[in-house]
Amino acid sequence: MIAVCKFGFFQGNHMNIQLKVNGKPVQLDVAPNTLLVQALRYNLNLTGTHVGCDTAQCGACTVMMNGRSVKSCNILAAQAEGADVTTIEGLADADGTLHPMQAAFKECHGLQCGFCTPGMVMSAVDLCQRHPKASEANIREQLEGNLCRCTGYQNIVKAVQQGAAAMKA
Amino acid sequence: MGASDFANLPHIGESVRRKEDYRFLTGAGQYTDDVVLANQAHAVFVRSPHAHAQIKSMDVSAARQAPGVLDIFVGADVANDKINGLPCGWLITSTDGQPMKEPPHPILAQGKVRYVGDHVAMVVAETLEQAQNAAELVQVEYDVLPAVVDVADAKGGKASVHAEASDNHCYKWAIGDKAQVDQAFAQAAHVTRLDLVNNRLVPNAMEPRAAIGSYSRANDEYTLYVANQNPHVERLLMTAFVMGLPEHKVRVIAPDVGGGFGSKIYLYAEDVCLTWAAKKLNRNIKWTADRNEAFQSDAHGRDHVSHAELALDRNGKFLALRVHTDANLGAYLSTFATAVPTILYATLLAGQYTTPQVYVEVDAWFTNTAPVDAYRGAGRPEATYLLERIVSRAAWELGLGQDEIRQRNFITQFPYQTPVALQYDIGDYPTCMTQAQKLGDVAGYAQRKAATESKGLLRGIGYSSYIEACGIAPSNIAGALGARAGLFECGEVRVHPTGSVTVFTGSHSHGQGHETTFAQVVASRLGIPVENVDVVHGDTGRVPFGMGTYGSRSISVGGAAIMRALDKIESKAKKIAAHLMEASDADIEFANGEFSVKGTDKKIPFGQVALTAYVPHNYPLDKLEPGLNETAFYDPTNFTFPAGTYICEVEIDPQTGVVRVDRFTAVDDFGTIINPMIVEGQVHGGVVQGLGQALMENCVYDKESGQLLTGSFMDYAMPRADDFPTFNIGHVCTPCTHNPLGTKGCGEAGAIGSPPALMNAVLDALAPLGVKDLDMPASPNRVWQAIRSARH
Repeated sequence: MIAVCKFGFFQGNHMNIQLKVNGKPVQLDVAPNTLLVQALRYNLNLTGTHVGCDTAQCGACTVMMNGRSVKSCNILAAQAEGADVTTIEGLADADGTLHPMQAAFKECHGLQCGFCTPGMVMSAVDLCQRHPKASEANIREQLEGNLCRCTGYQNIVKAVQQGAAAMKA
Repeated sequence: MGASDFANLPHIGESVRRKEDYRFLTGAGQYTDDVVLANQAHAVFVRSPHAHAQIKSMDVSAARQAPGVLDIFVGADVANDKINGLPCGWLITSTDGQPMKEPPHPILAQGKVRYVGDHVAMVVAETLEQAQNAAELVQVEYDVLPAVVDVADAKGGKASVHAEASDNHCYKWAIGDKAQVDQAFAQAAHVTRLDLVNNRLVPNAMEPRAAIGSYSRANDEYTLYVANQNPHVERLLMTAFVMGLPEHKVRVIAPDVGGGFGSKIYLYAEDVCLTWAAKKLNRNIKWTADRNEAFQSDAHGRDHVSHAELALDRNGKFLALRVHTDANLGAYLSTFATAVPTILYATLLAGQYTTPQVYVEVDAWFTNTAPVDAYRGAGRPEATYLLERIVSRAAWELGLGQDEIRQRNFITQFPYQTPVALQYDIGDYPTCMTQAQKLGDVAGYAQRKAATESKGLLRGIGYSSYIEACGIAPSNIAGALGARAGLFECGEVRVHPTGSVTVFTGSHSHGQGHETTFAQVVASRLGIPVENVDVVHGDTGRVPFGMGTYGSRSISVGGAAIMRALDKIESKAKKIAAHLMEASDADIEFANGEFSVKGTDKKIPFGQVALTAYVPHNYPLDKLEPGLNETAFYDPTNFTFPAGTYICEVEIDPQTGVVRVDRFTAVDDFGTIINPMIVEGQVHGGVVQGLGQALMENCVYDKESGQLLTGSFMDYAMPRADDFPTFNIGHVCTPCTHNPLGTKGCGEAGAIGSPPALMNAVLDALAPLGVKDLDMPASPNRVWQAIRSARH
């Protein structure tokens, strides 16, 4: 059987996936080979999650799944069945108030072109949840999976330190 | 308004937080791939798997039958529709008076492919996956030819990339007085010689290139969305040179762009193919590069092989510099490729020094590799790397300090005419160096070295005193040197009736923060809050004209155009204010957002004047037009010349060859700084790109097959957060003398100044082991090999 979905053209049965995205229940009709990042970008139009490579190296697609950061290019949508997914669109408060980590990135000039930023922020939030007292060296090491070509990382590291402090407060 | 008045305005020099950040931090940015148009189809390019081959046959019948396929375009379709090749924007004339060889650069291969990734066909289908599946069904039979990937093989004649240049030679170009240079060498007390390679790099902006071609039958208009740094230039090249379309029927929109670094300046084949096919299929067609496509087909950077000689007197004063460079241009001439190893390179070889004579000869070659063009710095990093390496080597040969030899040769009188065409307007090189030494605690170096050695490691210190020429100008001189474009910028300031302002600028922002810096300029001049000023860029349908963002030109050229428009706004507003306050125009003063009458307490706010301009009831209609909307074009009279000194300290483990950057200090003179936070961010990013080149990045093609060996982030080493320490950044300020802001470029300095600082530090550290030379990148393997070879 051949089925057509919004994103692609697939052999095989489509799957009906239920999950929570940014706090709201979502049903997805996806092919078995649909990646989570494709489902987010093309089925749900959450285009804040970016694709910067095809080898799971750059981290621009990082989202939170069940409280941990994952590279959404490296996971099938089907694997997110029942999961609680947060994308960059869901991080700020409903009234638009930035999450402390988003605010710290702005305050510290931790972004330039903005393309790596959503993934970087999601990784940073996860990092600080796991290591609230991370040193500069820890932060630099933990951000290895997120590439940025603009900032030279210096202000990102500063932002993560400031964001970590604000998240504790 | 002049530069010193400008620098004293309120909020100039304040780190205003960026206006653009909220959308980027909440996922609301709109990059090209985020744009979804109705009726949108997807394109996939069939690319050459070979570095050099004749296309014997091509069969697209199976692909055409695949589900969802709308059409397939090949070279013959391009020829039938008389679509021209991509133009080169800079004509270089060879030393024998002949123009450079300019073979065609087709948008889809015309019978021959010339590099891995060259465009063979475009498949358009309803969905991306259908297009991908169909592309795999395109059958191409190739007759594989020998390939040349570096300049040595290009010279050797192993293969001819183009029939129009059978020896692969594009041009020979030279600058300087050879006879005088040779004479200086004959009389020199000492000559330092150096061979070096400036390694090929892949720009790797985090957003891969992307484009959407769109066509409207209603008005016969095309719209191209494209990740591009200069949409007006893209439109001009595409309409006038390639497709023969009327310019007013084409709109180019470069929405949010995820970094460029030069690689998104150029008109690429994909952009033309999508625009062309959009009309033929009456569909909107999207293409987004995979990262592997980006590695193969984005214009690469650098790739020079040079021999340099420096003549010195017995006191270490430079007498003359003689350089020969072979530049790899890749398979085709990209948009500004030919200017990079000539105009943008050789003219910088005087550096910060009083060297009276410089002679530079450049041979440029075609190879079976991706086209090479401007990448962050564009010629200036290559010049700085060569000069700063040979200067440090000369110091070591003469037993002088790296700082001492530089100080003995610094230019201290301005304006200064170099022997290679440029005239520096202003600078303070000795102060940059002493500040850097202070900031980097050079005084404590000996102690740190002892501590390093006690751990069994090596420590070295490296200096680099760079200069760069930014905001290439003026147009008439650039034209005489072969530029086929103007180099001005355009700015429009539109004051709305309620006093808020929209600024339209030709300077595209793709990370540089123009939406904030430019708003800061306007807000400071008009005395209104930054929030009340929005900056529009990246759309030929909204911005009057523009030459775009490259060569660290935006604030000094684009900002200057806005300053000129503001002068017109201010002048007209003063007339309106004079009328309202019943005073003479000449008695009106404007400061902090208020117009006042000299010597009285009469004043009215800017907002009232704005409203009056659009509600002209009490208004001198007989001599003044209503409205407050002004446009200016600004053509600079000279380049700006940012300069500085960078000092790098490294620790090396001789057992493993691992180089660790322990300290890095950058002191730059960017003239007047509008937003220090943004400027320092530019330095951080530039330094990491430069240190990336020196320490890890390297684009490698297989010498035999011409295959790209570093075609993904798994193979090409990108700098990561844990590769570098926190940098020390400092500033010296000598305001630029010839633009109304006093600013100089700051976008490329980091990438220009840092590679030689690092390599000099590595060589300083390795000197006790007998290592005299090393090419970038100083990877563990290379350093370890160098140590071993020196021992044996």
